[in-house]
Amino acid sequence: MLRYALTRGALLIAGLLVASALIFLALRVFPGDVAQLLAGNKATPEQVDAIRKALGLDQPLVLQYLGWIGGVLHGDLGTSQLNGASVAAELAQKAQVTVPLATLSLLVALIIAVPLGIGSALLRGRAAGTALNTAAQAVAAVPVVWAGMMLVVVFAVWLGWLPAQGFPRGGWADPGAALQALILPALTIGTIEGALLLRFVRSATLQAAGQDFVRTAAAKGLTRNRALLQHGLPAVGLSIITVLGIQVAGIIVGSVVVEQLFTLPGIGRMLVVDVGTRDLVKVQGELLVLTGMVLIIGFAVDLLHRALDPRQREADE
Amino acid sequence: MSTLRRLRSSAAGLFGLIVVAAILVTAGVSLFWTPFDPRATDVASRWLAPSWPHLLGTDLTGRDILSLIMAGSRTTVLVAIGAGLIATLIGLALGALGALTARWVRETVAVLVDVLIAFPVLIIAMLISTVHGGSLWVVVWAVGIGFGVNVARVTRPELRRVQHSDFVIAGKASGLSPLQNLVQHLLPNIAPVFIVQLSWAMATAVLAEAGLSYLGFGASVVDPSWGILLADLQRYIQIHPLTVVWPGLAITITVLAFNLLGDALRDATDPTLRTGRRPANRARAGEPRLPEVTA
Amino acid sequence: MSLEVTDLVIEIDGRPVVDGVSFAVPDGARLGLIGESGSGKSLTALAIMGLLPDGATAFGSVRWNGREILNLPDRELAGIRGDEIGMVFQEPRTALNPIRTIGRQIAETIRIHERIDRRAARVRAIAEADRVALPEPARIVDRYPHQLSGGQRQRAAIAIALAARPRLLIADEPTTALDVTIQAGVLRLLLSLVESDGMSLVFITHDLAVLAQVATHAVVLADGRVVESGPLETLLTAPASPITQGLLRDATATLWRGEEQE
Repeated sequence: MLRYALTRGALLIAGLLVASALIFLALRVFPGDVAQLLAGNKATPEQVDAIRKALGLDQPLVLQYLGWIGGVLHGDLGTSQLNGASVAAELAQKAQVTVPLATLSLLVALIIAVPLGIGSALLRGRAAGTALNTAAQAVAAVPVVWAGMMLVVVFAVWLGWLPAQGFPRGGWADPGAALQALILPALTIGTIEGALLLRFVRSATLQAAGQDFVRTAAAKGLTRNRALLQHGLPAVGLSIITVLGIQVAGIIVGSVVVEQLFTLPGIGRMLVVDVGTRDLVKVQGELLVLTGMVLIIGFAVDLLHRALDPRQREADE
Repeated sequence: MSTLRRLRSSAAGLFGLIVVAAILVTAGVSLFWTPFDPRATDVASRWLAPSWPHLLGTDLTGRDILSLIMAGSRTTVLVAIGAGLIATLIGLALGALGALTARWVRETVAVLVDVLIAFPVLIIAMLISTVHGGSLWVVVWAVGIGFGVNVARVTRPELRRVQHSDFVIAGKASGLSPLQNLVQHLLPNIAPVFIVQLSWAMATAVLAEAGLSYLGFGASVVDPSWGILLADLQRYIQIHPLTVVWPGLAITITVLAFNLLGDALRDATDPTLRTGRRPANRARAGEPRLPEVTA
Repeated sequence: MSLEVTDLVIEIDGRPVVDGVSFAVPDGARLGLIGESGSGKSLTALAIMGLLPDGATAFGSVRWNGREILNLPDRELAGIRGDEIGMVFQEPRTALNPIRTIGRQIAETIRIHERIDRRAARVRAIAEADRVALPEPARIVDRYPHQLSGGQRQRAAIAIALAARPRLLIADEPTTALDVTIQAGVLRLLLSLVESDGMSLVFITHDLAVLAQVATHAVVLADGRVVESGPLETLLTAPASPITQGLLRDATATLWRGEEQE
C-alpha cells in the first residue's frame, strides 16, 4: 500500500508539473503577442514594451516558468495586472462560495444517483426500470445553462420560493441566506451530474449482480435482489468512488457556468471575468489551482479505492 | 452488414439516427429557406407567443424563433463536425504514437494523455480564449483536443492489441510498409470503438457550444447559434420565461440523439454483449467512463 | 424427496441452449450430469435453482417433491434454496464474498432459514467448519477467503451449502478448479457428507473418472440434449453413444490420480 501511495504520489507530482507547463505554454506560446493584447490597439510601442517588462515577458520562457513555479511553491500565485490584488488571496475568498457549492452539488448528485441507479438496475426489464434509465439519459443531455434557467423560472419566477440570483453581501455571516442562495445552483449542477452518475451506478450494480459470490448468496436462500443488495453493494460503492474524480471535474466545470447564471461571487465567475480581461497572471494561477484540484482529487480517490478494494488487500498482505 | 442491422433494431439508436439526420437536413435546408429571415427584426411583433405565422413565437426584437433555430442548426452541425474531425485526427495521432512507436515515445505519450484527460474541455477553452479571444473555433478546438485525448486513450489499447495479432504480423512479414499495414489492418479494427467515441464527442461539442457561447467564449453575437440564442433570451427570463424553452429543447434533443446513437453503436459493435458472459478484462468502448458535463 | 426434470428447455436470446432435457433423482440417489463444456449441464442446474443469468429463460417442468418449481416467484424459490436444495459451484476463488469472514458466511445460511441469534449461529458455524474438516475451526471462522487455500475455500463453500441441511445437493464441477492432489480429498468429503445425511446428489462434471467415484446413475448431455442415460456401470462398460465413448476415452487417462495431501 505504501509503495503504491509513493508511486502514485510521484505520478501526481509529475502530472502537476506537466499540467503547469501546459497551462504556462498555452498562455505564452500561442501566437499572439500578449503584451500587445493587454496594451490595446492604441498603445505606443514603448507602452507595449513596458508592459512586457512588467510581466517579465522579455525573459527566456524557461526562466519565466521557473519564476512562476517558484512562487507557487511559496503560495504566491502572483498579483493581478489590473488591480494588483494577490491572486491567492482572492482565490481563497471566492472559494467560500465555490467549495460549498461544489459540495452541495455532489451531495445532490449522490442522493439522486445511488438509490435511483440501484433501483433501475433491480427493475431491469420492467417498465419502471427502463423509464428511469431513459429519463436519466434525457436529463444528462440537458445543458447546465438551460437547466439553471428552467429552475429559475419555476422556483424563482413562478413560485418565488428561492432567489433567482445573487449571494449575500456578508457571505456566510448569515448562513441561512447563504444556503438559500446556493440551493438552486446546487440543484442545477447536482441533477445533471446525478443523471450521469445514475447510469453509471446502474451499470455498476448490474455488473455486481453478475458476481459469483452474489450467486452463492442467492443459492443460500436469499432472494436475488437481497443477495445483490447485501453482498453486491460494496462493489458498487467501490466503483462509485472510482468515478468520483470525474464527477468532481464535471462539478467544477458546471460551477463556472452556474456562478455566471446565478451571479455568485465564486472562483468560476472570477475566472470568466479574468479571461475576458486577458488577465494572464490571474488566469494562469486560477487554472493551475482548478486543474490541480482535479488531479489531487483523482489521486485521493485512487488511494481510497486501493485501500478499500478487497482484492488489493489480498495482493498487499 | 450485421452491425447496421443490430443498430436498426434498437429503438433508441434509431431515434438517434433519425434526429441526427433531421438536423443535418434542417441545416442544409436553412441555407436556402427559413420561414422568416432570421436576422429580420420586426419591432411591432416582439415577444409573440407561438402562433401563426411565428410557430415558435418571436424574440425581443421580433425575430422569428423558429427561423433562428433552423439557422442555428447550421452552427451546431459545423461545430459538431469540426470538433469531430479534430478529435479524430488528434485521437488517431496520439493513439498511434502511444501504441506503434518506440518505448520511450509510448511512455511519454501515456503520461501526456493521462494529464490531458484531467483538463476539462471548459478549461482548455478558457486557455485558448485568454489569448485568442472567444469564437466558435475555440469551441471546436477545445472539444477536439479534450475529446481527442479520450479517443487516444481508448484507441491506444485497441491498436496495441491488433498490432500483435496474427494477420498484422503476417502483413509486416509480407513486406507491407507500416503505413499500408496501418490502413489495411489496424484502422478497420479500431473503427467500431472509434465511431462510438466520435458520436459522444459530437454530443459534447453541442453542449460545449451552448455553455461557452453563453459565457461569451463561443459564438459571437452575429452567429445564429443556439447557445447565443439562449444567452440572449435569458436576460428576459423574468418577463418572458418560456422563450428559452425552444433553443434549450433543441440542444437537449440533439445531444440526446448523439448520445443514444453512440450508445447504440457501442452495443451493436461489442461482441461481448452477445453471449451474456463477459470475457475478463476486455476494454470496452468507453463504458462506464462518464462523458463530461461541459455546460 | 425427489427431483423430476421433464423436457427442460433453456433459451438465451431466443436460441435454445438446453433443448428438452429430462431426468429424475429419486430420494437418496446420486446422479451424474456429464458432458463437455457447453453441453448445458450448468445451465440445467441453475434453472433448477432459479438462478439463471439475465437473458436466459426456461420452459418445461421441474418438480421437487411433486411441486412444480420452475419459474416460481423468486421469493418462494429463495425459501427452497439452501434449506431444501443446496448448491456448490466450480470456482472457490470467486464463489465466496471476499470481504466477509468464513464464519459469517456459513452462519448466514443458517440464519436465513432459522431464527437464531448471532452467537448461537457462530457456534453452529464452527461445528460446520469442523464437519468439513477445516483445520482449527474455531479460528478459521474468523478468517477471510483470501487467507484460505483453494481446497479449504471449497470446503468452506460446501459448509455454506450444507449448513441448513438441504435434502438435495447440486455440485457443479466442485473439484475441477482444484489442485489435482486435493481433488480426491474434497470428493471423499462430499461423498461422506452425502451418505451420512442421506441426501440426494446431482453431480456435474466433464470427467467420467471423477463421476465413477461418486454417482450410481448418469445422464450424458451434448449440445443441450440427453444422448444417453442409465446406471454408471453400463455407461462405463458398454457405452452406447459415441459421445459417452469419447468421454470414457478421455477419462481413463485421469483415473485414480493423485493422493490427497490435505
